[in-house]
Amino acid sequence: MDILLVLLTIIMTAATPLLLAALGEMVTERSGVLNLGVEGMMVMGAVAGFGGAYATGNPWIGVLASIVAGMFMSLLFGFLTLTLLANQVATGLALTLLGLGLSALLGESFVGQPGVKLPSLGGIDPLVPFALFMVFAVGKFLFGTKMGLVIRAVGNSHTSAHALGYNVIGVRYVAVLFGGAMSGLAGGYLSIVYTPQWVENMTAGRGWIALALVVFASWLPFRILAGAYLFGTISILSFVLQAQGSGIPSQFLSSLPYLGTILALVVISGNKALTRRNTPASLGQPFVPDR
Amino acid sequence: MNRLGVLIMRLEKRPERSAAMALASPFMALAMTVVTAAAIFALRGNNPFIALYVYFVEPLTALWSVEQLLVKASPLILIGAGLAVAYRANIWNIGAEGQLTAGAILAGAVPVFFTQWQSPLTLAVMIVLGIVGGMLWAAIPALLRNRFNANEILTSLMLVYVVQLMLDYLVRGPWRDPQGFNFPKSVTFADWQLLPYLTPGIHAGVLVSILLALLLGFMVSRTIKGFEITVSGLSPRAARFAGFSEKRTVLFCMMLSGGLAGLAGAFEISSVVGQLQPQISPGYGFAAIIVAFLGRLNPVGVIFAGLLLALSYIGGEAVQTALQIPDKITRVIQGILLFYILACDTLINYRVVFAAPVGGRT
Repeated sequence: MDILLVLLTIIMTAATPLLLAALGEMVTERSGVLNLGVEGMMVMGAVAGFGGAYATGNPWIGVLASIVAGMFMSLLFGFLTLTLLANQVATGLALTLLGLGLSALLGESFVGQPGVKLPSLGGIDPLVPFALFMVFAVGKFLFGTKMGLVIRAVGNSHTSAHALGYNVIGVRYVAVLFGGAMSGLAGGYLSIVYTPQWVENMTAGRGWIALALVVFASWLPFRILAGAYLFGTISILSFVLQAQGSGIPSQFLSSLPYLGTILALVVISGNKALTRRNTPASLGQPFVPDR
Repeated sequence: MNRLGVLIMRLEKRPERSAAMALASPFMALAMTVVTAAAIFALRGNNPFIALYVYFVEPLTALWSVEQLLVKASPLILIGAGLAVAYRANIWNIGAEGQLTAGAILAGAVPVFFTQWQSPLTLAVMIVLGIVGGMLWAAIPALLRNRFNANEILTSLMLVYVVQLMLDYLVRGPWRDPQGFNFPKSVTFADWQLLPYLTPGIHAGVLVSILLALLLGFMVSRTIKGFEITVSGLSPRAARFAGFSEKRTVLFCMMLSGGLAGLAGAFEISSVVGQLQPQISPGYGFAAIIVAFLGRLNPVGVIFAGLLLALSYIGGEAVQTALQIPDKITRVIQGILLFYILACDTLINYRVVFAAPVGGRT
């Protein structure tokens, strides 16, 4: 029983960054914007979080810095795609490339430095229950409030929402910034809580897995929770098997989360009815106000 | 109504896309990148003028560094040309780095398993296997999209991590050089497993890359296949009415870009690298995404864009040696460049109007 509890805690710890980033991206996508730059926002959150905590000695400042860094990156994305109407796919890729490069440059002097860990409360890292809380909060917000309804309306038909007098671009900016904040926080979680140190490229594709999780969850918060915990389990499984000396090459075990992501995408996307029901209809399409 | 946009700036759609802007945009983006780079250098406490000179100009003043530039441009041009074709059709292969690695693994199998096989065919077989490796690795996301509707952006990227781990396993395990003092490297390739050199610094792959890019440029602008690809990207509906099969286009574009990336992988290990090792590319597959956009998704434009991105790698090495600026600046400059291109590309279809925001226009 005790072992089960320990295992569950470890899985939750590994799943939290995926959960945070995927929840943020889901809200962004629900407003009709596809931000492929999650990896870039996350890695910037990680370096800013580490730097903030390292410079001030206060890990909470680090948490704040990671959120701000993620929002800053998403603001760049928003300006290009919402104001300048640039292609969302290309801009998302640019955000990731820039984030990976910029974080490596900014974090140059952090490599090998001991980080400041966020203190845990009674053996639980405060961000883990926070992520759980956010699942409920985001679910309640999207499906139980007027603002949530507006976001979904903007994502499903921006022309109708515009005709009803809603500020499509404004709503999308808010959704993009929320996604940036959550991705930044997810990165900060990695460098302040999960492994309190800075390693170049330390997100290791988690931003992309979070993007896949949103599709896997067909844009529903509770399925994101299930998906994130599933992926947490896979990554812990590969750790455990490596530690046990199972004889399976460690590289194969390390590739399990990536293979799992592909498998999950195949299983979910193959089911067209399920995907179509919840996919925001305007996803990825730019909105030109004066038309 | 653009209340949350910049207050006094408004975009107005041009009657038709501006060809002049499409050409001017990369130059505007480059100029803005240079200014931003100067600002970064200045913020770091370096003299921005000296740093800019060392980064962007000095590499072009010596023969050896120009040769280096061409050698580094070769994989960028090969991969970028393939990606340009795929992106034209709105098929987002972003896993070229993995396809490069897959090509290198398959090509490298020849020297690893047939170390003694010396024949004029050896190199040819390696190169063909490189192309096949890249094509097969790219065919996976294509088939997953065609059969299961799985998003090729995510699957092609996930496969980068998978194949890099495979290479890591091979060079640390079964393919490790027994005489290699336990370093994670394969045997060093012999002369006949390496590309011939045109000059002391330039291998034959450079020429092949440029020729292939020109060939692809011809395909895009002068053949039915090229037309089919362009139409599929501009208007999927029109492409369907014309009877162009979407699935065939997906498979073609993925395998074309994958095959070229695999070829780049085979060229890299049989020239600059000379063996298999955990890392064989400094991110050429990702930088080639920028090359494709900078080259206007046109394989001929990609040649120039590839040279520019190659300069960004060499300049990064130069400022590191000369001014102790970390070469990580390279990826920042590359990322900023792509951002500026995408921003400037807005001007192709829109013009900026400075006026107070208004509700409706007549």
